[in-house]
Amino acid sequence: MRARPRLADGTGPVLVVLLILLVGLAFAGPAYAEPSGYLALLKRAAPLVVLAVGQYFVIVSGGFDLSVGSLVTAEVVVAARLVNGDDANTWWVIALLLGCGILVGLVNGLITTKLLVPSFIVTLGMLLVLDGAVFLWSGGAPRGALSPSFRVLGRGSADVPGLGQLPWSVIVLLVVLAAAVWFMRSGTGRTLLAVGDNENVVRLAGGRVDRLRLLAFVLSALLASVAAILLAGFAGVSAQVGEGLEFRAITAVVLGGVLLGGGRGSVVAAAAGALSLEALFSLLNLLGVSGALESAVQGVIIIAAVAYAARGAGLQRVLRLRRPVPDTA
Amino acid sequence: MAVTHATSGADDPVAVVRLEGIEKSFFGVPVLRGVDLLLHAGEVHALVGENGAGKSTLLKVLAGVHRPDSGRIVVRDAEVSFATPRDAQAAGIAIIHQEFTLLEHRTVAENVFLGREPVRRGQVDRRAMETQTRRLLDWLGEDGIEPGTEVARLSVARKQVVEIVKALSADAKVLAMDEPTAALADNEVELLYGLVRRLRDRGIAILYVSHRMREVFDLSSRITVLKDGAFVTCVPTADLDTDQVVRHMVGRPLDALYPERTSVPGAVRIALRGAGNERVRNLTFDVRAGEIVGLAGLQGSGRSAIARAIWGVEPFTTGTVELDGVPTRVTGPRTAVRKGIGYVTEDRKGEGLALRQSVRDNTLLVRRAACRGAVARQAADLTRLLGSVGVVARGPHQEVRYLSGGNQQKVVLGKWLAVRPRVLIVDEPTRGVDVGAKQTLYRLLRDLADDGMAILMISSELPELIGMSDRILVMHEGALAGELPAGADEEAVMALATGHRPGAVA
Repeated sequence: MRARPRLADGTGPVLVVLLILLVGLAFAGPAYAEPSGYLALLKRAAPLVVLAVGQYFVIVSGGFDLSVGSLVTAEVVVAARLVNGDDANTWWVIALLLGCGILVGLVNGLITTKLLVPSFIVTLGMLLVLDGAVFLWSGGAPRGALSPSFRVLGRGSADVPGLGQLPWSVIVLLVVLAAAVWFMRSGTGRTLLAVGDNENVVRLAGGRVDRLRLLAFVLSALLASVAAILLAGFAGVSAQVGEGLEFRAITAVVLGGVLLGGGRGSVVAAAAGALSLEALFSLLNLLGVSGALESAVQGVIIIAAVAYAARGAGLQRVLRLRRPVPDTA
Repeated sequence: MAVTHATSGADDPVAVVRLEGIEKSFFGVPVLRGVDLLLHAGEVHALVGENGAGKSTLLKVLAGVHRPDSGRIVVRDAEVSFATPRDAQAAGIAIIHQEFTLLEHRTVAENVFLGREPVRRGQVDRRAMETQTRRLLDWLGEDGIEPGTEVARLSVARKQVVEIVKALSADAKVLAMDEPTAALADNEVELLYGLVRRLRDRGIAILYVSHRMREVFDLSSRITVLKDGAFVTCVPTADLDTDQVVRHMVGRPLDALYPERTSVPGAVRIALRGAGNERVRNLTFDVRAGEIVGLAGLQGSGRSAIARAIWGVEPFTTGTVELDGVPTRVTGPRTAVRKGIGYVTEDRKGEGLALRQSVRDNTLLVRRAACRGAVARQAADLTRLLGSVGVVARGPHQEVRYLSGGNQQKVVLGKWLAVRPRVLIVDEPTRGVDVGAKQTLYRLLRDLADDGMAILMISSELPELIGMSDRILVMHEGALAGELPAGADEEAVMALATGHRPGAVA
């Protein structure tokens, strides 16, 4: 497939926002005088970017996935207990986590598509179920510990020829992003986007709407598992590790200009939204703003981004970013 | 008319609204270029033009949605300037849009007085509301509608009446109706005719925007033609015929609107043998390669039900369908697509296009959604495909919602041609499409037939059905009422469609 030299719709604004934030960081903190500062930011942002990519698939096909935060917590807690500090357990536990992710995605997707429960409700229910299950199983305090080899993925680095030391999480991020971009350019990806726009059209064109939406939920949960593995290594084991991540991921996707309700938006923009969010938090931190304000900031962002999208057509016309479209009679 | 005699004084047309030299550009793109329009009390004035000619913009100027860049709006001898739609309403101008602005779960009276409810002792005075609504309905001779009925329970035609009553209750003297029959069933159109004539007789000025020439000629006394945003002419309807109007609209003669029937029917592509389901029964007919078979019938006669059954949305439950001689069971659109059936739905925006997606993505949708592996991945020769259907767009990445109706329909056709179906069903292929694009679509369908496609064409526009079809099948109440040869006349089709015996009319 020929590479497209143009940015997908709505990618522009978020890239501008990201650039401003990155420049701001350079002025705000000495850590960002060197590339290593930005690399650390990328490493910190990796789990959120991966989650945002997953959330993007669901949102763009017309749904929501609120269960990813709890899924992350559940998987981290489970991982700690099963690995129990033993390197021998690392790989089968990782495989198990990914498998569990797929299973949760299947349940979310099947209930949404077959029982016709809105995804907002299904995944909200899943959030509560996973929360409760984790509490019941761990008794409120996670037990066990991760093995060193498990934690490498979240905090370690690999020697990449030509690039030097690159954190594993950044490598995972790049691989996920590249795969997501490739997928969204494939026929299946384009069709997924069309499902979010008008699922009737896809169904009547012979497409399997239910399967596509199911796929979106599975991808979201699978990527949440990947994020859980990264976070577990990076942040360590706690029963709060995934708290609020679902909303953070949704904020990131919305910041990336992806239309709530589906049908429009690019996965690169969603990832850029996640990176912007993380950069913003770092900037606020450097400026001495209390971390307690993070959720308030996030709230403002999500409202502002959706408002911008809703008013966007008008704004863009005013700014002449888009060529005018005369009314047709 | 230049001279009016004293004796005809009572019939002197009273100018209610006069638009003079209206110009409007959007960001440097002129959409209206000096349009004049004169509306008289008690006349039906038709406004025609191709898509993009500026009809909608002119309506919006009249309704106070857009402010003209230059030009005058004169209402009853006073020059006005509308800052908002409310100003236009206050001046007695109302627009009846294709989409209704009614609240489904409120009553007729509540809708009529929405936002202007009569108040008595701080409470909404329901009785006054219903009495006044009743009075207006009676005035229009619409005694079948009760003011207390919930709007959701009314038919589309009656909702339209409520919409009109709502405008009249706000003291409208000018009603601009934008494609008022677009949403109506065939038998409701007559009712609308009656209503429009009663409004006219009661002194309302009606600006009637329509693509359908028959309505224009049935109803209007004068016709204003727009082309490319410019005023072409305004003439009494009696002085024109359809061809002349079309020529004014298109700017060139359309001598051959329908292409010649050149194809020779080949082998039977699709054959129905006693097929039926809940909505149609006992259908037996063939469509051959190279043939365009027309399917006529009143709305609700089962025309579209046949299409949806063949295509597997609501499959046949009895009888058999044979494709190229092989009995086939089509259980859903996916199997239909794979068996080589294409279906251009009548609901372009609801079922035909993903409006926010690009021309490219829509064109490739069927191929990507329904075809596996090799076909899906086959290098899509998109440019050739779009060229062959003649889509005019800014590029393959333009979202289809920005295209005109005609170009959208070409994209829908392109979407099916991308998978090369052997049987193509087209349902109302030219609905909401302007004359120029219609001609292109007709040519395209005929070329496809010549290439060996079997085409089943459903249309409620009889001239088009007769002009295009090699044979016409007529449906009546869910069953085939008969078959007519190419070039049959409209009376013969209508006779079958309405259930008359063939011999009784000819």
